[in-house]
Amino acid sequence: MKDKPVISIKDLVVGFGDQTVLDHLSLDVRKGEILGVVGKSGGGKSVLLRTIIGLLPKWHGKIEVLGTDLDNATEQERRALERRWGVLFQQGALFSSLTVRQNVQFPMRENLEISQRLMDEMALAKLDMVGLTPVDADKYPAELSGGMTKRVALARALALDPEIVFLDEPTSGLDPIAAGDFDALIKTLQGTLGLTVYMNTHDLESLYAVCDRIAALADGRIVALGSMETMLECTHPWVQTYFQGKRGGMLTKRIGQLVD
Amino acid sequence: MASDSALLTAKFEDGRLELAAGGSWTAPHAAEIEALVDRAAADLGRAKAVSIDMRGVREFDTFGAWLLERLTRQWRSAGASPVVVGMPEHDRTLLKEMSGVNLEPVAPPAQPNPIVSALAALGSGVAGFGRDLGTFANMLGAIGVAAVRVLARPREFRFTSAVNQLDRVCWQAVPIILLITFLIGAIIAQQGIFHFRKFGAEMYAVDLVGILILREVGVLIVAIMVAGRSGSSYTAELGSMMMREEVDALRTMGFDPVEVLILPRVLVLIIALPVLTFLGSMAALYGGGLVAWLYGGMSPEIYISRLEEAISLTHFKVGMVKAPFMGLVIGVVACAEGLLVKGSAESLGLQTTASVVKSIFLVIVLDGLFAIFFASIGM
Repeated sequence: MKDKPVISIKDLVVGFGDQTVLDHLSLDVRKGEILGVVGKSGGGKSVLLRTIIGLLPKWHGKIEVLGTDLDNATEQERRALERRWGVLFQQGALFSSLTVRQNVQFPMRENLEISQRLMDEMALAKLDMVGLTPVDADKYPAELSGGMTKRVALARALALDPEIVFLDEPTSGLDPIAAGDFDALIKTLQGTLGLTVYMNTHDLESLYAVCDRIAALADGRIVALGSMETMLECTHPWVQTYFQGKRGGMLTKRIGQLVD
Repeated sequence: MASDSALLTAKFEDGRLELAAGGSWTAPHAAEIEALVDRAAADLGRAKAVSIDMRGVREFDTFGAWLLERLTRQWRSAGASPVVVGMPEHDRTLLKEMSGVNLEPVAPPAQPNPIVSALAALGSGVAGFGRDLGTFANMLGAIGVAAVRVLARPREFRFTSAVNQLDRVCWQAVPIILLITFLIGAIIAQQGIFHFRKFGAEMYAVDLVGILILREVGVLIVAIMVAGRSGSSYTAELGSMMMREEVDALRTMGFDPVEVLILPRVLVLIIALPVLTFLGSMAALYGGGLVAWLYGGMSPEIYISRLEEAISLTHFKVGMVKAPFMGLVIGVVACAEGLLVKGSAESLGLQTTASVVKSIFLVIVLDGLFAIFFASIGM
């Protein structure tokens, strides 16, 4: 049981029209790890994430999440599975006509039969976990800053205590301090709640600070998979440019110092 | 419930309350656990010491952690000092996380007096109506200023945008406008013939069709169709541009949104409405003639010669003069409402509804004012 991957993707092909985006891609995500997926903009990171959670149709291949194959799942199995994961969309995707509190309560209201009092308390507890105060609970999404939107979206993704969270560019659009705080938050929550985190990111700092493993997506497949050291040793031209380039180079130096 | 998976069992011994928890303290069982926890909190009674043994718990999540925290908080505030034992290190971190949760009581909204709130709603409704008129006047003024500015520098007018809008608002609307007005003309002719036949005055049905279509119905039907079709799309377009801060972006680049976005749209409506009214009126007269021929047994020659006697150029002019003003009203309302959209999807929907309702209302009011005006100048 322990060795079985929580997400297992085999031979996945996805495309639009006559353009292939993911070309026979295979990837396993282990239980309890934070996996960072890197790749160039428009390279298929978001397509991969959206295919895993069933928002995009696939041409070929097999995806199993928590032992369930979405293609063969009944409606009930599908819903049961969807309760066991949470998704943080790039723009937050908060419901704009609901308050922060109602946004966090929405999955609870639909999936659990619990009292309004407990739901109110749980919403505040989740907001507290992501570093927000009760004062923020009655605000509307339009009144929130970028960082707060991401935090609320994370609280909503965590509303049902999922086993997996999918994060699409969690730190994009945040200043470095806020991004660092968010990284630390993800790391803490992963430790406390025992989450498996699947994270699309561009942020080298995030990769370095929180990810247990990194998957590099190029040419429609995973070209490198492993720790930061593996990435630095990889010979694929795109991976080399990414990690050894101007911005990557600074990190490499720091890792070098760390190893020394 | 099997004894080994009982969520919470209580034992009371020599002033000591001992609880044993078991099973899954997770979200799906939260409702049951909450009931048990509330009972346990009330059970405290005279007990001096309380302990809760978590050894039997197989699964534990934030819901379970919070309920446990709530229980210990209630005990503590009742003066006891509860002890939680037998908890794995991992779950203890989760519990510690919960201990920081601050349940600041949110002030309940004050219940207002129903009479006062009804009066307040009435007052704010009236004030809102006044504010709407102000907004529309403001928009009309802004469009006027932009028009004057564009007249001074005609090269700055957005011709491409205007042509694109003209295609959408006028050309693509032609089929549906023709169909609807054709049917309306046919219905008026049928009703006229049916009722006038009782007096043997079927010929007057042609007068009815001609005058009604050219003066009133043609332009009204077209204006209402355009308000629903193009007015709503203007509001939704401008509204979503407001939501994505595109309008603000234009402003910061030194462009006037009224000049770039609104003037071409309103101008196109002012051009499109007379064109569509003309086409619509012709289709309605055609439909009326067809019904007069097939249903009333009136040959097309007679219909046309009767029409020539019944209507004059004046009737046609009355209808056509109104059309551009109705276009202006629809454009001003649709754009003004579009710029009032706030950040949420709900507000976009509200504003689009308001735009259609208000523009149809104002179109009919304007038609009434024109009726008074034309009567007083004898047209």
